[in-house]
Amino acid sequence: MKPPAFGYHDPGSLEDALELLAVHGDEGKVLAGGQSLVPLLNFRLAHPEHLIDVNNIGELSGIWRSGGVLRVGALTRQTALERSKLVAENWPLLTEALSYVAHAQIRNRGTVGGSVAHADPAAELPVAFLTLDARFVVRSKRGERVIGASDFFVTHLTTAMEPDELLVAIEVPAVPADAGYAFIEFARRHGDFALGGAAVLLGADGSGTCTSAAIGLLAAAPTPLRASEAERSLVGARLDAEAAESAAGKAVAGIDPTGDIHGSSEYRKGLIEVMVRRAIETAAGRVGGSFGHVAASNGGG
Amino acid sequence: MRVSNRRRVEIEINGERYDAEVEPRLLLSDFIRHEAGLTGTHVGCEHGVCGACTVQVDGDPVRSCLMFAVQAEGREVRTVEGMTDGLPEGELHPLQQAFHEKHGLQCGFCTPGFLMSLEALMLDERELSDQDIREALAGNLCRCTGYQNIVESVKLARERLRAGAVAEGA
Repeated sequence: MKPPAFGYHDPGSLEDALELLAVHGDEGKVLAGGQSLVPLLNFRLAHPEHLIDVNNIGELSGIWRSGGVLRVGALTRQTALERSKLVAENWPLLTEALSYVAHAQIRNRGTVGGSVAHADPAAELPVAFLTLDARFVVRSKRGERVIGASDFFVTHLTTAMEPDELLVAIEVPAVPADAGYAFIEFARRHGDFALGGAAVLLGADGSGTCTSAAIGLLAAAPTPLRASEAERSLVGARLDAEAAESAAGKAVAGIDPTGDIHGSSEYRKGLIEVMVRRAIETAAGRVGGSFGHVAASNGGG
Repeated sequence: MRVSNRRRVEIEINGERYDAEVEPRLLLSDFIRHEAGLTGTHVGCEHGVCGACTVQVDGDPVRSCLMFAVQAEGREVRTVEGMTDGLPEGELHPLQQAFHEKHGLQCGFCTPGFLMSLEALMLDERELSDQDIREALAGNLCRCTGYQNIVESVKLARERLRAGAVAEGA
């Protein structure tokens, strides 16, 4: 189908965009890569009165590191993040997550911030950012605020942003160079929405005892989810198969994924448990940089 | 209030400029077909899943059904019609020729999208496994071929282009 009519605005500066959002935010939508919004318009599932196209705002794109923190402009294309050497060397969990994001044609256009702001619990980037304890920088005419990932995702397709606010950047704290990581998901076809998945980041000491753990669950709940109890159970434990299995069980103990024709709730729960176990095992095998994308060139930055 | 703010856009497609006054909601795929009259770009699902409408914008394959025409203002768009630019009349692009010889198409509806997606692989100098090629074409659906012959077509075209490049260099 064809999209419904809308008022179209393509501001050339952030200031103009925030002004437009202040006026039209309530009945408007921000158009970034459009890879989720345009299908919703074409299906007429969304009827915004106004579209505020931010594609001409150059300052919203870019990938930087400053003080050890990664800063990704919200309009950065997913392909650019996927190809970033800086990211592959220092935040390889993101690079691995991006390998599952749709298809190249979608990533060429889709933006990092768009995926975050769309807040689909089955999308890879929100889960990866939640696992990495990322912060989201949002701005409006009223000023700027920074929202932690754990407060950002409110429910299905809903974030803590106000209608007049625009996501401008994502900040990701440094990850120790020897941390183990893994992003794993299962979809019926590569590039489809995942039926379930997990993102894991592990720290361990020389004896193989876990010193820190972050576990994010994909498509497990109305929002991307951290498995806090499973994380706590891993810290202090030896990272072996038994610990992985036990933590995976804890990770899915309280979840009730939405079932559909592609998989019942029960099936998805079992699937996510397997994904968590495998992700923990893979991450444990990578602790110490033994299996990192590029282990040698971490500047510590 | 809903605004019908028609706009004049000028879009470069295959090196030629096309201008028209359009509604902002006009999809790039529809601009290409109905305003520019270039019907080689096919429209399948219109929600970004099938890949039939894939074109290149500033060199990158993208879904033309997920972009508005007004967003392509000032950009360079390339469609399947552009593949034979500069070739003698009747000659096919090496990738098209390989699809023809290896039976990489049957009904042909999906083919322009595949060609737009896969053309970049012709320039990729790495050794590509079948798996690499399959991943590169994963964003395009074909209901006739079962993909096997499309993979064969890509391999043949790459072999020829690389042999040609070596011959030219020698």
